[in-house]
Amino acid sequence: MRAWLAGLGRQVFDGIAEFGYAVLLLLQALAWTVTGPARGQPVRLSAVVQQAVEMGIGAVPIVLILSFAIGTMVAIQGIYSLSLFGAESKVTLGVALSITREFSPLITGILVAGRSGSALAARLGTMRINEEIAALTVMGIHPVRSLVAPPLLALLLLLPALTWLSMMVALLGAGLYISAVLGFSFHAFLDELRAVTALGDILHGVGKSALFALLIVLVGVVNGLQVSGGAVGIGRATTRSVVHAISAIVVADMIFAFLATRA
Amino acid sequence: MSEPPIVVEALHADYGGTPVLRGVDLSVAAGEILVIMGGSGSGKSTLLRHLLGLLQPRSGRVRLLGQDLARARERDWRRLRPRLGVAFQSGALLSSLSVGENVLLPLREHTRLPEPTLKILMRLKLAMVNLVGCEDLMPAELSGGMIKRAALARALALDPELLFLDEPSAGLDPVVAAALDELILELRAVLGMSVVVVTHELESAFKIADRLCVLDRGEVIALGPTAEVRNSPSERVQALLTRRRESPEETPCDVLDELMGRARQRRVN
Repeated sequence: MRAWLAGLGRQVFDGIAEFGYAVLLLLQALAWTVTGPARGQPVRLSAVVQQAVEMGIGAVPIVLILSFAIGTMVAIQGIYSLSLFGAESKVTLGVALSITREFSPLITGILVAGRSGSALAARLGTMRINEEIAALTVMGIHPVRSLVAPPLLALLLLLPALTWLSMMVALLGAGLYISAVLGFSFHAFLDELRAVTALGDILHGVGKSALFALLIVLVGVVNGLQVSGGAVGIGRATTRSVVHAISAIVVADMIFAFLATRA
Repeated sequence: MSEPPIVVEALHADYGGTPVLRGVDLSVAAGEILVIMGGSGSGKSTLLRHLLGLLQPRSGRVRLLGQDLARARERDWRRLRPRLGVAFQSGALLSSLSVGENVLLPLREHTRLPEPTLKILMRLKLAMVNLVGCEDLMPAELSGGMIKRAALARALALDPELLFLDEPSAGLDPVVAAALDELILELRAVLGMSVVVVTHELESAFKIADRLCVLDRGEVIALGPTAEVRNSPSERVQALLTRRRESPEETPCDVLDELMGRARQRRVN
């Protein structure tokens, strides 16, 4: 019993320490971004672009496919559930709000967490095991500046962009299905869409995705930089970072939705 | 007379509450090769990490080129880093960059030279370690000895005054290891920097060292010119140098405890 309590206490303590570490890394990365150029050690634009291509552009095909499928799925379920009380005509409203506010940011976030959060943890973990991070430090290249800031900046720009893309494609899928099943033109769907969707709904979704970007990168980086125990440790950190990032995204989503709908 | 470039005073360090270094004192003169020896767990890698400022000591001081590491601010580090060269045990070449890019990394970071000049410097450093024409290879394509030499070239990129080498010949076959030892001696003769080598390879240590520092369980048990340490009357030193296994006094009961899995509890109490 005592050992169990001690174990629990240690886990809570480790959890808090890890959270503190993540916040510290975030602040350092932002500080380097802002003050780096003045200190003669800028965050390299080429590194940011490379990360953006790897994490963002590379994810475009899969985001397109999944978003189209999700949009169509939401439309199918929407028509089915609304038809129970004869309100099929309201389906556009339901689809528009749920896709822009929830489905697109969530599915894009989870997808990128699985694709890039894990890759980030694996890359930094490997670098740590190979002493590459120590080598950067002794060469006077701060690891936060060269390894944390670039993916953070890249994903802060790219994940909202991907989310916006996902919204458009999901709405396309939904519109094609709705107009075919309910027998009106796609043009009419677009008109209705414009009438029911406010800019606020899109901003809600896009804003949330910036928060998700932060979570994905920080979770990946924290897990990667803390790797110990060789190849097994890297595998563990990779898995852990995906599970943690997705959990963080879902919980943050709930909190964000709660706060944003009360304001 | 001015202060030696590397001075360590009463350095104590912990790892997770266990003392790893217990009061290490040493200094390295300009142009000297000091070899730090010891078995695994002797604290030699920890000592190196303290010399590089990668770890914070619990107490004691490390001064490099007159700069107290504990008091170094970011600006001081920025001045100090280019004057230190480090080659890690695994080479620690960035695996995403080619050999040439790896050597260029410190040059790009600390100088404002035009690109063609940088490239020439890079090829010059690679030539120093006999890796001419290997600049476009990726680290994964190199053999063990080539990785060590490429790491050495990167460490030499900025013509450092202090060179730190972690196990330069470990894991290499004897011929390649001997060649690397020759290379270290040649480079020192040409460039005249102070060199700190951490190793557990006796043969290599005796060959390159001006002075030897023998670490055991976090303490310096011998420090002096190579011949002197080699002929040291101390039993602990000889045990390490002749690779005798030091066996603590064990009674049959201890062995029995160990085999029954009770040993750990006994040690804690």
